[in-house]
Amino acid sequence: MTDLTRLTIAEAREKLSAKEIKAVELTDAYLSAIEAANPAINAYVTVTPEKAREMAKASDGRIADGKAGALEGIPLGIKDLFATDGIHTQACSHILDGFKPKYESTVTQNLWNDGAVMLGKLNMDEFAMGSSNESSYYGAVKNPWRAQNSNADLVPGGSSGGSAAAVAAFLCAGATATDTGGSIRQPAAFTGTVGIKPTYGRCSRWGIVAFASSLDQAGPIARDVRDAAIMLKSMASVDAKDTTSVDLPVPDYEASLGQSLKGMRIGIPREYRVDGMPEEIEALWQQGIAWLKDAGAEIVDISLPHTKYALPAYYIVAPAEASSNLARYDGVRYGLRVDGKDIVDMYEKTRAAGFGTEVKRRIMIGTYVLSAGYYDAYYLQAQKVRTLIKRDFELAFNAGVDAILTPATPSSAFGIADEDLASDPVKMYLQDIFTVTVNMAGLPGLSVPAGLDHKGLPLSLQLIGKPFDEESLFKTAHVIEQAAGRFTPAKWW
Amino acid sequence: MSVDLATVKRVARLARIAVSEEEANRMTGELNGILGFVEQLSEVNVEGVEPMTSVTPMEMRKRQDVVNDGNKADAVVANAPATDRNFFQVPKVVE
Repeated sequence: MTDLTRLTIAEAREKLSAKEIKAVELTDAYLSAIEAANPAINAYVTVTPEKAREMAKASDGRIADGKAGALEGIPLGIKDLFATDGIHTQACSHILDGFKPKYESTVTQNLWNDGAVMLGKLNMDEFAMGSSNESSYYGAVKNPWRAQNSNADLVPGGSSGGSAAAVAAFLCAGATATDTGGSIRQPAAFTGTVGIKPTYGRCSRWGIVAFASSLDQAGPIARDVRDAAIMLKSMASVDAKDTTSVDLPVPDYEASLGQSLKGMRIGIPREYRVDGMPEEIEALWQQGIAWLKDAGAEIVDISLPHTKYALPAYYIVAPAEASSNLARYDGVRYGLRVDGKDIVDMYEKTRAAGFGTEVKRRIMIGTYVLSAGYYDAYYLQAQKVRTLIKRDFELAFNAGVDAILTPATPSSAFGIADEDLASDPVKMYLQDIFTVTVNMAGLPGLSVPAGLDHKGLPLSLQLIGKPFDEESLFKTAHVIEQAAGRFTPAKWW
Repeated sequence: MSVDLATVKRVARLARIAVSEEEANRMTGELNGILGFVEQLSEVNVEGVEPMTSVTPMEMRKRQDVVNDGNKADAVVANAPATDRNFFQVPKVVE
């Protein structure tokens, strides 16, 4: 019998509805794969086999009754940032020890309403702060990809490293993820998977542990463009519990796949050609341009002059919002408490013990830039620069550009415990150089695998779209996917 | 702009994070590295530019000011480290 975990969501959907396979069999195949692989990969921090089998059984019932939902019987992994009723939800932080929410996030509830099956919770950088998944309290995740002729462990990227690794290693059919500065697109790029951060407001943020509220968005990581389109359709919704969620109909994203690119104008921003960028990233970008041209798109050079300021502005705005959001972890209402001689001592000891190094660093930066006397110089200046970054994109779109093509990351996956990156936090921050502009402007961004580098590791291209025009991104990414093919790691685990 | 050890300790106090002397020293270097990196923002001409308050140009929806949820005291305190009859317990605040 074929390995059921190799089926894409679209393929599994077909076999389930044709009653060639049962949802329970599919779920069991994934549970066995997780049991065998997770000790090596560390993608899951909690597996929920009983719940998964119960949900799969219910799916089989609904399929038999002709009442199947859009994701009926499809086994998914859920990033630990999403609140799941009665199940481990800790943002992979020590400070949320033992937290089992009494409510369900809107995005996961949407998935369950469509019949999806939960396999468990996925590893991530603590509070989604990181680009390598190494800041997790539950330890690093290993990338299913290794360089040719090498046994060295690589990072899967971050912060949605567990999501990306689980999808690439066939430990779930698809995964939820979140993206504040690149946390969906960079790990997707490092693992040869497809990830989309939709427009700010497309998915409800309710029940997602907050990092930087004006930047956070949920999105899927999937094996291919079609699966990402299927998942996003189910995840997106307007929600009374998140006033920043938009009341716009959710299109059938899958229907945009296969549509012609004729008449589309693709912008190539010159500012994304950065110093020290490896030649093969430039070559990949040129290859992507050629593919889109062949498919009938018109290629235009554009300028986004404030690009270089996006990352420094992000490292003011995101820590500022984080310092405010993370003030709630004080040892009173949930999670860890370390006793002290008085209440302030209790707060300080709890937060010292509960937060990891990177989280403390960002809270400190955020507290400093918001403190009296520095607000105007840092936070206000950064928010003004943010207006200029968004204006750059608006000018390009107003001039007739339909989507923008850029590299997704400045490199392929790097090693776990890389000394050069560990020595300087700013070097790690530079991982997000191509992705962070999209969050600052609230736009949709998709990363799609486009090739392998000289080490045999996957590299991706990024497509940036107009607000709420995810359809153009799916359509264009599908063309790249058709030309580039799919990329699967050789199994070592 | 850069921070010194005393500023780092003051900020840690504001953020309610206990730091050791060694941690404060290490953080001083790291924070100065990050502040040095963001310094380049000061070269951007922002004259007449409004600070961003919302990425989506949409009016915020408002709901009726009515109670639509509640009576969940057990659920609210279920995850607390210390409770007593649906109250959160904290160390004594008032002498």
